[in-house]
Amino acid sequence: MKTILFIVQKEFKQIFRDKNMLKLIFILPILQLLILSNAATFDVKNINITFVDNDQSSDSKNLIESFRASSYFKSTASFFSEKEAVEEMQKGNTDIIVNIPVHFNRDLQKQQKTSVSVTINAIDAATAGIENVYVTQIITTFNSKIQTESTYLSDLTEVQESLLVIPSFWYNKTLNYKTFMVPGILVLLVTMLTLFLSSMNIVKEKELGTLEQINVTPIKKHQFIIGKLFPFWILGLVILTVGLIIAKVVFNVPMLGNMLLVYLFTGVYLLLVLGIGLFISNHTDTQQQAMFIAWFFMVIFILMSGLFTPIESMPKWAQNSTLINPIRYFVEVMRMVMLKGSGFSDIIPQFVIISVYAILMNGLAVCSYKKTT
Amino acid sequence: MSIKVQNISKSYKNLKAVDSVSFEVKKGELFGLIGPDGAGKTTLFRILTTLLIADEGSAAIMGFDVVRDYKSIRSAVGYMPGKFSLYQDLTVEENLTFFATLFGTTIAENYELIKDIYIQIEPFKNRRAGALSGGMKQKLALCCALIHAPKVLFLDEPTTGVDPISRKEFWEMLKRLQQQDITILVSTPYMDEASLCDRIALIQHGVVLKIDSPENIIKNYDKTIYDVATKNTHSLIHDLKNYPSQYSVYAFGEFVHYTDQENNFDRKELEKYLKDKNHTDIKIKQAQIAIEDVFMDL
Repeated sequence: MKTILFIVQKEFKQIFRDKNMLKLIFILPILQLLILSNAATFDVKNINITFVDNDQSSDSKNLIESFRASSYFKSTASFFSEKEAVEEMQKGNTDIIVNIPVHFNRDLQKQQKTSVSVTINAIDAATAGIENVYVTQIITTFNSKIQTESTYLSDLTEVQESLLVIPSFWYNKTLNYKTFMVPGILVLLVTMLTLFLSSMNIVKEKELGTLEQINVTPIKKHQFIIGKLFPFWILGLVILTVGLIIAKVVFNVPMLGNMLLVYLFTGVYLLLVLGIGLFISNHTDTQQQAMFIAWFFMVIFILMSGLFTPIESMPKWAQNSTLINPIRYFVEVMRMVMLKGSGFSDIIPQFVIISVYAILMNGLAVCSYKKTT
Repeated sequence: MSIKVQNISKSYKNLKAVDSVSFEVKKGELFGLIGPDGAGKTTLFRILTTLLIADEGSAAIMGFDVVRDYKSIRSAVGYMPGKFSLYQDLTVEENLTFFATLFGTTIAENYELIKDIYIQIEPFKNRRAGALSGGMKQKLALCCALIHAPKVLFLDEPTTGVDPISRKEFWEMLKRLQQQDITILVSTPYMDEASLCDRIALIQHGVVLKIDSPENIIKNYDKTIYDVATKNTHSLIHDLKNYPSQYSVYAFGEFVHYTDQENNFDRKELEKYLKDKNHTDIKIKQAQIAIEDVFMDL
């Protein structure tokens, strides 16, 4: 026990003496949380829209006006020919072309039926999908307004039946994406930092040759490993705390559930991450190699965590492969506890999986750590 | 016997690093492994300090088998690797305390043993190890290897990259440690250090060529070596190599060491030969045989 404490003390001394490392540990995550949370949005805003108004009637002007009124669209220019508009899209100056045909006004009034052609730049399929929804919404609203007006004008007696859908969004009433993203990004930062630092740590001693010196001492395997990794467990919790404070103060993310539950889960989760770090450390010879492997896993874990793309929309095999992704569970638990206020009984499945996973991974890592080479 | 090595072999892929090496080191002996880089010295050290497991053969330190009783060995031996391997970002004192704690002891407990050495680096005890000079680092590493009062000390090329004065001091320290009944196994690529050991093993390509005391090795060398010098050393080596009865020719300090195949070698004849080759200031005299000469002949 005394030996472990001494190694822990030595590790902390080394961490705090390395000024560059300190900056890396504390300033970068805070910056990342602030920048990423503000930038990584699923909202599509500032869509450049171009109109080709072939009708030049009051109705066509009204339609254009209702696009301009929306905060999502930024109208760039109006053209009289489709050719010019297409050129504009080719240059990348516009994302959507709304083409209003000749006799738009007349057809609408007389036949109650007309068509508007909408061309969307779909290089980014996800954005194009969202843009399509926005455009359709605006046209539908415009349409129902016209219909009411014309109904009134033609003085028809029959009352039109209409179905009105009023959505209500639970757990994130205002659909604030930050509420959704901040806990997820915090998870990434905690995982990334602890994984990188722990995987580089033991391999660093290997690189410097100090490991050889340690190996000829009577120190026990578990003393050394615990002594080396415990500081990073503490560090992970400190980063989590700093992140949670920022989430509350800067982003005002709701924290409905019991925060102790988050800490309990993080405690177990960090054991797993440190186990992975140790495993990487054991199988590499230089810090560079360790860093590279850690990055490789990190990128896969992040992209398949459900943070940026919903797991539900992945193909079946990819969905199954996310079952071994620890970040996935951590993201789920963070969102459940913070946004939904879930209690311990709700997160039992995730908790059990991570615990078993942590035991397995650490077992593997400890077995692969040898004092002889 | 403090160290007993029997037919130890170790290969890395196709390279045989250590090939059936056997030797014994008596208690309190200062034993040197002398050989060039890549001779297998470090591999042998790593096997003896339980860091590496040999493919064949057995070795015992103070009666403990290096494979079976590795735990007992780890607490009884001190090891100083060839590469400086202390924490550069910890101070001198912190490094020493760290290793003392790992061995379950304190600096105070074994201060007597390291006193002579530690006193020289004590003024810098709050300096980080990384900021020490080469000689200082060496002394600190030796202190760390001695802090738990080991019975056997393994020093892998302790003087490589250290200035001549520090090297001399270092060997004096080893002599003093030897008087405290510590068995020392030291490796070095410097032949001049060989004569400071009680006994040496000459090792090359993983094979031990000779084991004896330095004096005996020199005494038993049966050839006569001559120091030859002329104005033009470069063409001298070339010309000597073309001398019909030459056995070996190599530069040795300011002279060229020359050995002849014949026992009845006449230096007059060689002098005449060199004169014919337009050499001036010709000096030929019998040389003091050094370990290096023996090594060159093996």
